[in-house]
Amino acid sequence: MPPEAAARAPLSPQLQAGLIIVGVIVLLGILAPWIAPHPWDTISMRTRFLPPNATYWLGTDEYGRDVLSRLLIGTRLSLAMGLGATAISLAIGVPIGLAAGYFRGWVDEALMRAADVLMAVPPIMLGLLFLAVTPPALWKTALAVGLVYIPQIARLARSVTLSLANEEFIQAARARAEGASYILFREILPNAWPPLIVEASLRVSYAILLGSALSFLGLGAQPPSSDWGLMIAEARSFLDRAPWIALAPGFAMCLLVIGINLLGDGARERLDPRLKSRIAA
Amino acid sequence: MAAYIARRLVLIALVLVAVSILVFAITTLLPANVAYLILGPFAPPDQVQALEHKLGLTDPVWQQYLRWAGAFLRGDLGESTLMNRPVAPLVMEALGHSLVLAGTAFALIAVIGIALGVIAALRHGRPLDHTVSIATYLGIAVPEFFWAIVVIVVFAVWLGWLPASGYEPFSAGFSAWAKPLIAPTLTLVFGHLAHVSRLTRSSMIEVMQSPYVMAARAKGLPERVVVLHHALRNALLPAITVLALDFGRLMGGIVVVETIFAYPGLGRLVVFSIQNRDIPTLQAAILLVAAIYACANLVADLLYAFLNPKIRFGRDAA
Repeated sequence: MPPEAAARAPLSPQLQAGLIIVGVIVLLGILAPWIAPHPWDTISMRTRFLPPNATYWLGTDEYGRDVLSRLLIGTRLSLAMGLGATAISLAIGVPIGLAAGYFRGWVDEALMRAADVLMAVPPIMLGLLFLAVTPPALWKTALAVGLVYIPQIARLARSVTLSLANEEFIQAARARAEGASYILFREILPNAWPPLIVEASLRVSYAILLGSALSFLGLGAQPPSSDWGLMIAEARSFLDRAPWIALAPGFAMCLLVIGINLLGDGARERLDPRLKSRIAA
Repeated sequence: MAAYIARRLVLIALVLVAVSILVFAITTLLPANVAYLILGPFAPPDQVQALEHKLGLTDPVWQQYLRWAGAFLRGDLGESTLMNRPVAPLVMEALGHSLVLAGTAFALIAVIGIALGVIAALRHGRPLDHTVSIATYLGIAVPEFFWAIVVIVVFAVWLGWLPASGYEPFSAGFSAWAKPLIAPTLTLVFGHLAHVSRLTRSSMIEVMQSPYVMAARAKGLPERVVVLHHALRNALLPAITVLALDFGRLMGGIVVVETIFAYPGLGRLVVFSIQNRDIPTLQAAILLVAAIYACANLVADLLYAFLNPKIRFGRDAA
């Protein structure tokens, strides 16, 4: 399918579902302070551990705070975590990958071996290691998650660059004696975007999962924050009495991650018709 | 083949040296004063200085690293600052617990994942296929700690079948030992099933349409033989590679699962040593995990080469 035809083709059901889920969640996150039915951080001992009811749709937690309102505010934190961390991975990983793929030789070797070292430790342990040196805060967690996923982005950027480096338009730019940074950022990067954007959109869900796991382990958002990972961690002690406090943010996170995955996979198939025909076959 | 393995092992060793430098560099940044940890928070400053000098904490960092690495290579992993025990047996004990958990989960993931993938592929496009696809999509989307919560709520709180956490030594009897293992194992299986089953499905679908499967069918072989003896053998290739990678991923997954279920394995030890600034334990535990991770990757590559005659013979001929 030529690109023009692909642009006009109807969106696949997968892509539609992803767009709707992510769109609604983003909208809820943006509007959270205005649509939250109760204050998210006001402690009220009279309303502790209320199961879901007409006033508190998702019940209340151990401090009598409305779970739904906390969930809505927490949406912003999860989205910020996913987007912020991925932006960091892209901002550092893409230039590294471009340089490695374009200059080859010892630059490539040095950068990719450094990536191997970072990838030799499971992501969550690398994140724990980075965060061990500093008092926890959510922005530091986002930074750590971003750093953890640099190698994967750099590797992809490198392989895309390798495949583009011998194209005629790059040779033409070289023949015009353009500088390396011009070729990298003005010639290669604009052509490398589609696969990078697809990968980045899937990375957002990885970042949300890793970030919430770190928050869950106490190395991210701190109380009274309503970060989803932290909400689940705090609700752990009350699973026998009030399971809804933990289940609500858990389901919310699943929905968000599924939405992002549908969006990313759908976009990948749309941008890479070869893959689509292989899957459909 | 031997030369290839040797080269890879050298590379792994180099990566581990680099990881050890990274770990050492980060842990020296830790805001934990070892001298104060040993002497207590109210130690007089001159005593602290004397001890720091004795421990070599005033030396340049690279000297400290070389001393640490040298001791590490001689098998002296230092002393846990928190538990006042040598680190080596502490870490090995935790590794043993983790391998039991990860090994059981891994075996289940391999068997169930491949079976689900094959079933979905054979029912390609039918309701059963979609059910499996949606279930595995959930598996990828749900964070491990949420699976853990669901397992606890369902099996420990509602049904009351399993303890919510804990660990019993094997000497306490098989069922006492096995019972607390079930919930963390289930959690890991749910969380990691998807990769294998999805990959098996897609490669199985591809293989089932290849000419040689058509030829096998045309010969009049029963479908069972075509599927199990002809198609599955080739379709398993990518699944086995991803399985070996999954073992590495499991070593990351156990961090959260062990913490939730209070299971005394390597992952919990890492979290515990970070929370308590127990640097020698942290260094040893992370290096051990990195070594396992790297070996799992090597095994993945070797299995792929070993199982794929094209690659195997190509390399031997060269």
